[in-house]
Amino acid sequence: MQSGTIVKVAGPLVIAQGLTGSRMFDLVRVGADGLMGEIIEMRGDRASIQVYEETQGIGPGDPVEPTGAPLSVELGPGMLGTVYDGVQRPLEAIEALAGEFLHRGVDAPGLDREKQWEFVAIAEVGTQVTGGQIIGTVQENEVIEHRIMTEPHVAGELIALTGGTYTVTDTIGQVRAADGTIHDLRMMQTWPVRTPRPRKEKLNATEPLTSGTRVIDTMFPLVKGGAACIPGPFGAGKTVTQHQIAKWANAQVVIFIGCGERGNEITDVLMEFPELDDPYSGQPLMRRTILVANTSNMPVAAREASVYTGITMAEYFRDMGYEVVLQADSTSRWAEAMREISGRLEEMPGDEGYPAYLGTRLAMFYERAGKVIALGGDEGSVSVVGSVSPPGGDLSEPVVQNTLRVVKTFWALQDTLAFQRHFPAIDWLTSYSLYLDKIEEYWDEHISRDFRPRRDRVMQILQRESELDEIARLVGLDALSQEEQALMDCAKMIREDFLQQNAFRDDDQFSSLPKQNKLLEVILTFYDYALIAVEGGVRRPSLAGAPVREKITRAKYQSNDDMAIYDAIVAEIKAELSVVAGSGAGGARCAWEVQ
Amino acid sequence: MSREYMTTRDIVGPLMLVEAVEGVTYDELVELEFPGGERSLGNVLEVSGDTALVQAFAGTTGANPEGAKVKFLGHGLELGVSRDMLGRVFDGLGRPRDGGPEILPEKHVPIYGAAINPVSRDFPDDFVQTGISSIDGLNPLVRGQKLPIFSGSGLPHNQLAAQIARQASVIARSDDPTKVGEKLEGEFAVVFAAMGITFEDASYFMEEFRSTGAIERAVLFLNLADDPATERIATPRMALTAAEYLAFDLGLHVLVIYTDMTYYCEALREISAARREVPGRRGFPGYLYTDLAMMYERAGRIKGRPGSITQVPILSMPDDDKTHPIPDLTGYVTEGQLILDRSLNRQGVYPPMNVLPSLSRLKQKGIGAGKTREDHADLSDQLFGSYARGVQAKELAVILGESALSDVDRAYVAFADAFEKRFIAQDPHEERSLTETLDLGWEIAALLPREELKRIRDEYVERYLPRDDTADGAAGAKGAAA
Repeated sequence: MQSGTIVKVAGPLVIAQGLTGSRMFDLVRVGADGLMGEIIEMRGDRASIQVYEETQGIGPGDPVEPTGAPLSVELGPGMLGTVYDGVQRPLEAIEALAGEFLHRGVDAPGLDREKQWEFVAIAEVGTQVTGGQIIGTVQENEVIEHRIMTEPHVAGELIALTGGTYTVTDTIGQVRAADGTIHDLRMMQTWPVRTPRPRKEKLNATEPLTSGTRVIDTMFPLVKGGAACIPGPFGAGKTVTQHQIAKWANAQVVIFIGCGERGNEITDVLMEFPELDDPYSGQPLMRRTILVANTSNMPVAAREASVYTGITMAEYFRDMGYEVVLQADSTSRWAEAMREISGRLEEMPGDEGYPAYLGTRLAMFYERAGKVIALGGDEGSVSVVGSVSPPGGDLSEPVVQNTLRVVKTFWALQDTLAFQRHFPAIDWLTSYSLYLDKIEEYWDEHISRDFRPRRDRVMQILQRESELDEIARLVGLDALSQEEQALMDCAKMIREDFLQQNAFRDDDQFSSLPKQNKLLEVILTFYDYALIAVEGGVRRPSLAGAPVREKITRAKYQSNDDMAIYDAIVAEIKAELSVVAGSGAGGARCAWEVQ
Repeated sequence: MSREYMTTRDIVGPLMLVEAVEGVTYDELVELEFPGGERSLGNVLEVSGDTALVQAFAGTTGANPEGAKVKFLGHGLELGVSRDMLGRVFDGLGRPRDGGPEILPEKHVPIYGAAINPVSRDFPDDFVQTGISSIDGLNPLVRGQKLPIFSGSGLPHNQLAAQIARQASVIARSDDPTKVGEKLEGEFAVVFAAMGITFEDASYFMEEFRSTGAIERAVLFLNLADDPATERIATPRMALTAAEYLAFDLGLHVLVIYTDMTYYCEALREISAARREVPGRRGFPGYLYTDLAMMYERAGRIKGRPGSITQVPILSMPDDDKTHPIPDLTGYVTEGQLILDRSLNRQGVYPPMNVLPSLSRLKQKGIGAGKTREDHADLSDQLFGSYARGVQAKELAVILGESALSDVDRAYVAFADAFEKRFIAQDPHEERSLTETLDLGWEIAALLPREELKRIRDEYVERYLPRDDTADGAAGAKGAAA
């Protein structure tokens, strides 16, 4: 492999010649400062390199050193709780090295080389090990047991393995492969980010990924191993929704990629997460979180790489048998980074200047989500929630459209809902989830056989409301029939007492699935009894004034575990709304009025 | 190290292709001299083998391929910074424009700056009192925030920006609601950058700063409408470089106002077109977002350093269109936006702030008990929600006639009118303390039936809502004063 010489510099794109022996997507070091770059095009002996840092001061004649390996991440103990940039430089270590501003050429390894970890061997010496097999563990922190695996291509007889205190690069054991070569085992392994990590088998996902957000869990659920897309016109509350998922998702590891977004938002996460307790373990949330932060003003090429860096880490934890949630905010910025680089390569543009391969790249990224049987035999999953920021809120633009082709859940945030202070501002009429049929069995078994029918009924009521709403706006609510008015009331209840959820209120930010089911039961029972009452001749005010209404409104602030509370409300509804036949002038009335 | 060449081959718009150069690097600063004696600075946009593509900041008028002298200076565009910049006026490239002497720089800093390490940032949560009710009450500005003003031609965004610059101050934090509002004296500075605005606009700002004495604490960078458009690319970066020095080296609280971002983006498009780059939306280059972010993201605070940079960029929306790429991409980087409204302006409301689509994303972090006053968030939500309803009711009244409205809706109409005329509207020289703003908010909220104040906690309503007997008197007095 030979080093090359720069012949052209245009922004983050550098062209060098003489890099014989290097391959596509190999990492190179550019210029005297050794800036990180990646080969993205080769023509004859000329290679186009996208540089992950500012290229000011670089010129023709400067050297380019090959590394012979593609852009890779280091995987091993020490990743959790760390904040990385798009190419896995630990930002805290960089701060310690170079101060508060990011100067180029400053580098630090992704994993701390000094830190000692207590390694416990599991695999027995003398046995055969396969690639990806778990051979030991490190208690990385109070929450996560880091399972040390063999590298995917290493298999053979385990000839040495000793527990003890090691750094990530120390040799912990040896494997003799079938051809007699000896492989040293270390806790750290590296993996090229653009290549999906191998797995034994991909499975159909059937378990819901819950987040305690009612409109998500009940109405438009995501599965463990699924992919969802969330568009955010600015001001619609996208960030809050994402934080809710990061906080409450029933997954063991959360990876958050801040891709081309605001620096202060990353700061917010950084300041908030260590304060917040993981509701499942009681430990600070950062213990199970990795942040990949490439803010909008950090180099654009590193932004392009950041989503791959994140998902490779996610796959690594998946291979240990963990459930991982990956959030990418925002994939639009990632696509724009692709566009910017494509433009500099003078490629023929497709839609809106995006490269023609935009759809392929997006699909390849989302396909790395999934529930799998890992090489080591454990089941794990990576769920991906990608946000998009469509310009001008226009959902017909290429990034959204290409994303919707591959994701199966769509949470349509609407700024009009946000203006009305309806949070989370997820529009129930345009959102969808194609996972409903897959998780129905799980719901039937773990929650209630009634859950799915209730959910579908709620959807129909909301749909009908939107039709009636147009009429009501033209001719007034009173022009609707009594049944229709009851439906409008019920829809309002669904919106206000179920869909709306306050992320900043301790007793409202998380709802368990059983509670969500019960809330639906409460509202639908009210509706059923209202319909019966209407049929019996009861007028609307008699329904609206029922004392139990107050309890329904407050039901969402009640317990996540004690379902008796909701059963009591259901019983009260039945009692209060039972019809007392019309006696006297008022006609038929509800029981509560008569008492 | 500097090398001089006379080997220009092509000249296209502001761009020059120079051949047979050696040792030239990307983004290097260039001095140009044309046969007629015109001089210009420029920078290297692209270097390929022995040819360099140079952009002339002052344009290429008077240049010809044979006679143009191109001198490469061996470093990028830099700004010499020092405390003496305060009180001075510079041109778009950082050269004195006020006839004063060159400053003796402490150091030279590359104007492109370096990104703040996200882990080093401190979260902005210090409320800034601007003395303007529609901002302080509803969409408050926070130290270290970037909050643009989305305006349109003919709207008084300059007056508003000047008023913010004049009045911005930090108030004492206190858990005691009665003590809120005392202004703190702190070291502050204003950095002002003009990009492509007219001489009148620029002199308005200078006059404003001068008449209030703020000029002593201000640094001005002016690239006016008749100055070279290409220079505009450097102007905001000059300003931000100065701001970073003042904030993070000297520990001042810096407010950066730059106007007008639209002209800046158009200059960027001009260069992009001259380079024959693949255009994105509306012909703007695909990297517009990144380019804007590189500037907006220079706002903020750093842990362990006393200063801060707060940005108020002004941009005029072409045809008042919020979805135009410039406001759209700006909104994705900045922490909210203040939107000015033409119809309010026509009704004579100053500032014509359209509070409904305006937003301050850092509001929740900057207000409330201990930071401003305990009722601030609730009251602000209530005013916001009620005004939205009032506007709807007014629209309904237009269609159906006022008599068709319910009593409650009529109360909302009265509320919306009072809100616009008394709360939003204020004199360009009126500085309302936060307490005044909040109390005024309560007075207007009192126009609504008590049971409509659902967004405010009962205890605050008890504590702050003016009693019926005093409300009228106070309102009358206020009305007369205004």
